[in-house]
Amino acid sequence: MRFPSILRHRLRSLFSRATVEQELDEELRYHLERQIEEDIAAGMPPDQARQAALRAFAGFEQRKEECRDMRGLNLLDDLLQDLRFAYRQFWKNPGFTATAVLVLALGLCASVAIFAFVDAALIKPLPYPNPTRLVGVYESTKQCPACNLSYQDYLDWRRLNKVFNSLEVYTGAGFIVTTPGGAQPAHAARVSAGFFRALGVTPSLGRDFHAGEDLQGAPRTVILSYATWQNRYAAKPAVVGQKVVLDSLPYVIVGVLPRGFHFAPEGTPEYWATLDPTGPCETRRSCHNLYGVARLKDGVSLQAAVADTAVIARQLEKQYPDSNRGQGANVVPLTEVIVGDIRPILLVLLGGAGLLLVIACVNIASLLLVRSESRRREMAVRSALGASRVRLIRQFVTEGLVLVAAGSMLGIAAAAWAMRLLSRLIPEDMLARMPFLQGLGLNIRVLAFASGVALLAALLFALTPAMRLSFMEMRDGLVEGSRGSAGNTWRRLGSRLVVVELATAMVLLVGAGLLGQSLYRLLRVTVGFQPDHLVTMEVDAPDATYGKDPQAIALGREVVSRISNLPGVKSTGLVSVLPVNFNGNTDWIRFVGKPYNGEHNEVNQRDVTADFFATLGAKLLRGRYFTEADDLLKPHVAIINQTLARKYFPGEDPVGKQYGDTGLSPKSIRTIVGIVEDIREGQLDSEIWPAEYLPFNQSPDTYFNLVVRTSQSGLSILPSLSAAIHQFDSGVVVIGGTSMEKRIEDSPSAYVRRSSAWLVGAFATVALILGVVGLYGVIAYSVSQRTREIGVRIALGAERKTVYSLILKEAGWLTAVGILAGLGASLAATTLMRKLLFGIASWDVPTLIAVSAVLLLAALLASYIPARRAASLNPVEALRAE
Amino acid sequence: MGHGCILLSVTERSGSLSKPTDLVQGTLDLLILKVIALEPMHGWAIAQRIRQISGDVLQVGQGALYPSLHKLEQNGWISSEWAVSDNNRRAKYYTLTRAGRKALNQEAAQWERLSAAISQVVRAT
Repeated sequence: MRFPSILRHRLRSLFSRATVEQELDEELRYHLERQIEEDIAAGMPPDQARQAALRAFAGFEQRKEECRDMRGLNLLDDLLQDLRFAYRQFWKNPGFTATAVLVLALGLCASVAIFAFVDAALIKPLPYPNPTRLVGVYESTKQCPACNLSYQDYLDWRRLNKVFNSLEVYTGAGFIVTTPGGAQPAHAARVSAGFFRALGVTPSLGRDFHAGEDLQGAPRTVILSYATWQNRYAAKPAVVGQKVVLDSLPYVIVGVLPRGFHFAPEGTPEYWATLDPTGPCETRRSCHNLYGVARLKDGVSLQAAVADTAVIARQLEKQYPDSNRGQGANVVPLTEVIVGDIRPILLVLLGGAGLLLVIACVNIASLLLVRSESRRREMAVRSALGASRVRLIRQFVTEGLVLVAAGSMLGIAAAAWAMRLLSRLIPEDMLARMPFLQGLGLNIRVLAFASGVALLAALLFALTPAMRLSFMEMRDGLVEGSRGSAGNTWRRLGSRLVVVELATAMVLLVGAGLLGQSLYRLLRVTVGFQPDHLVTMEVDAPDATYGKDPQAIALGREVVSRISNLPGVKSTGLVSVLPVNFNGNTDWIRFVGKPYNGEHNEVNQRDVTADFFATLGAKLLRGRYFTEADDLLKPHVAIINQTLARKYFPGEDPVGKQYGDTGLSPKSIRTIVGIVEDIREGQLDSEIWPAEYLPFNQSPDTYFNLVVRTSQSGLSILPSLSAAIHQFDSGVVVIGGTSMEKRIEDSPSAYVRRSSAWLVGAFATVALILGVVGLYGVIAYSVSQRTREIGVRIALGAERKTVYSLILKEAGWLTAVGILAGLGASLAATTLMRKLLFGIASWDVPTLIAVSAVLLLAALLASYIPARRAASLNPVEALRAE
Repeated sequence: MGHGCILLSVTERSGSLSKPTDLVQGTLDLLILKVIALEPMHGWAIAQRIRQISGDVLQVGQGALYPSLHKLEQNGWISSEWAVSDNNRRAKYYTLTRAGRKALNQEAAQWERLSAAISQVVRAT
């Protein structure tokens, strides 16, 4: 009732100005005339009456103005006037305006873009209901704190636990899909039947797996990802109920997952099938190939879940000492599983972008200060003409707001572009592991962040000159050439801001330096082979044709011989897992003739063909390589790496020694025939584990990686490789295909450091430029303020050298304080990024010295220009100037 | 002019103080609301009525009256319409709205409390 009427009044005041004005005039005039009439009636002569009435009004126009004020008209008028004035001011100084807007846009662009990543990855990474109740469930060993569950253990954990609503498992898989166009590889996953129910996801088409569909003898069913439904099945709803042949076996498609569904730990599988309880691994309690995911029961804490699973693990340890000794339990929030690795890098980047924003804002603030200094006269004149202080401050506020509005609009637009650019720079493999980045964009939260930052900036930019205004006595501004205490106040404030800028730049430079060196050292880590001129490719053959050992061995021989005969190929090897990948796919071994207490001697197991080591360029330290003849009919042999030799055969010659499985079953006994120099199987930044290499012909598989040494570098050979394989059997699929060098460069450990080094480096460069420009501004201003003083000094016979040192001393002092503050801040900041550093301490002295030197040099350069101007001052002109 | 009028005439006398203080403004608002609660009135009549009722003690200056009226109208407490006045000329008549009546009751109660309190303080000792 009341608000509509208020609104109507306000709108009328705004839009029917002429009517409102005319009514106001008429109303007051009526009053005036009544007054006059009354006075005349009381016997006053008409002129006198009129004058008295006007006097009583004490200014007819002022009364009107007050009424307008009351109607809120002036507020808007003033605002428009301020805006017009701000606009004119900015146009008058296009250099200043462009600089300020660009610098702000830059700072905002960086921080908003990085925040968008933080938002997508850290704030809302899990597209499931109640994601905080979801946990990852692992078995743990000393070497591997979050490792896979074995199927048998999983069944026991599921049966015995009291803390999970449901405990489900998943594992990656690769299928060969039989399509009318031939065999095609497809990334897939196998899950327990309740997997999607535990996540809280329902297929958008068809149905979920029924309970028990993951048990032996259940019909083979598969659920499609939304993308697969779109790409392979033309989004036809009739797909549900259709058959698809995967790995030569018929499956029935029962459902399609919703569009926004993703499960980061498995990347982007095309097909989701149920577990295969009859698989070679699933039937062995010691074979760990499953990851657990569970929903905590209501009211159960993470600690309770950890404790409960630990009890189960201990119980299984007692029950099955052979397979379960040393197997603990580990439960972590699913969020941690998914974004735990990228959190540190994102936070470091957000910190870097934040610092850049700080420096940008400080820079603009000091620019505004300089400008307010040069506008002292303008302000004084306006004040003398009757503008209230509030009105003058409002002018600054308006200008600040206009600046921020322009800068933030530009910045947000640039951020949208930067986000797309950055996400395009992420290698595809890594992007597949971070499906949550699909949510990247200018959403509500990102825009709220951007507006928050813009608001803070607006506050800062409005307050700085306003504060400056209150420092100064208006009268001073009118006095020609006056340089009261105000100039000094500003100089002090301005210099403090420059110190902040220099210190911030220092932190960023140190961060970039440390990250750059980490990357450099990481990429120079010895990998134990020659990565140049090597190309690799995955090969997967159907089990139906090659599932038996002799078949797989024959396939391996055929592939190696066909590839080796291609022009441009020097040698060819096969390996079960490529190096610079991960520590895993392990074997538990026990040495013949050594004491054994049931501990798990966990070693990486890799199956390789005879020419693998020669192809890789690995170094044989002792003994021999495998030969084609080491096959299933011959005694089992193995080659070990240096770390295994050092760990289990200190002071002994391992060649000729034997080992087997934990039970030393006769079938498993192998003789060590050679030792190779450590090949880096895991990531560049992870430690080297003991490793055993077994002959492919004694441990064959239908899936392997092709490693080819070529005479020419480059990937031009790839098509002929896959053609050669398809020529042999079109049912065999090849996946990927890249050079070893690219694999190493794009490996997560290197990628994370490269991207952060580049981004922080870019931030640091901009920060350095802004800081140095800021210093230049302060020194140049100081010189301009001291022109007369310097003129007098020169006139009195001061040498140029003295003038130089006068100015440079001021700059040097500021720089020194900035560097010192920066050193302290760097030490604090870089300890926060320890996780990203590699082979370098966060307080690396050479880096700190080098960065200080760079800053000092840049600062001296920046102050040299104004110092030179001061030294070459003509004293006569200088004294006449003011 | 008696001594009781000081509150309202401040706005006319002191040139530097262009806007009435809150106390004065609030009081004037109350008087206006009270007076037009009886019947719609134009500005001149409101001033006259306040003077008459207060026995010539309170003289409302135009400088305070009209800004007050405009503010009250913006607040939605009073509404206005043009009508022909007693001397056959067009004048702007103000009427109390429903919201205005509520405000009047509140302000009046507030005033009662305040003036009683002030009296108590003044009479003390």
